[in-house]
Amino acid sequence: MLRATVTVTLKNEVSDPQGHAVRDTLDNLHPGFAQRVRVGKILHIDLKESDREKARAELDKICREVLSNPVIEEYAFEIEEVTS
Amino acid sequence: MKAGVVVFPGSNCDQDCFHVLRNVAKVETEYLWHRDATIPSDVGLVCLPGGFTYGDYLRVGAMAHVSPIVRAVKEFAARGGFVIGVCNGFQILTESGLLPGALMHNDCLKFLCKTVPLKVERHAAPWTDFEGEVLRVPIAHGQGNYYIDPDGLERLQDNGQILFRYSDPDGDVSKETNPNGSVDNIAGITNEKGNVLGMMPHPERCSESELGNTDGLRIWESVLGHCR
Repeated sequence: MLRATVTVTLKNEVSDPQGHAVRDTLDNLHPGFAQRVRVGKILHIDLKESDREKARAELDKICREVLSNPVIEEYAFEIEEVTS
Repeated sequence: MKAGVVVFPGSNCDQDCFHVLRNVAKVETEYLWHRDATIPSDVGLVCLPGGFTYGDYLRVGAMAHVSPIVRAVKEFAARGGFVIGVCNGFQILTESGLLPGALMHNDCLKFLCKTVPLKVERHAAPWTDFEGEVLRVPIAHGQGNYYIDPDGLERLQDNGQILFRYSDPDGDVSKETNPNGSVDNIAGITNEKGNVLGMMPHPERCSESELGNTDGLRIWESVLGHCR
């Protein structure tokens, strides 16, 4: 079975209040550790499609359509064979 | 002419909008279900209400913007129909591309629930065809921080698409009067054509004298006056 792992992150120039909150907490717990924190998402999708190239093309479209918002986010993905 | 209020799973201001449209603004109003693929031909105004559609999962408005009703709303807007998105409705409109930009977590990291002054930047048909420099309208959101890149902001300004900005009670706009970090204090914008409005503040929550504030009713009456 093919499994896609999609990573969605905010564009570098977009501010990330969630990241700021996490960084502030890290500052409290471990002063001097973190300069900047950015919060993103990872989606694991087990595919019905078995053709890797077809899956790649369709997933790219889906990422732009719904999994990411191109105004503020970037995405990347990998597709790998896994045993379920 | 009728008004239509869209109901998604997780909408929670749909009944307030329905009530204000039907019982206060006195326009025949019906609910439109998120799975509906068409807007009835006698509907002239569609309202996307506030709430947490699809639990706000993935991103606010992400799942709603690919629902059948939003595809129908896009066609409706392309034909010139009037569309208002309030709060989560605004988030859905930006996700769908009907309005530019995006709405992000408030920069103060808090959910904001209070009445704020809004400077009316333009008095024009169809949404703000009334007098009055400043409205008082409640906000209630965690993700109302409007983002648009500098080129996009310039286009909004040049086209006169910015309708409402967070201000002080005298209409002065500054960093201090920005509750959530929105670019240029933006609280509400229209599309280029002007028939689609998205705003984070809730006009349906200030449309009756019983609630002590009828500023929101001016927006409903303005647009209804132009689609009747």
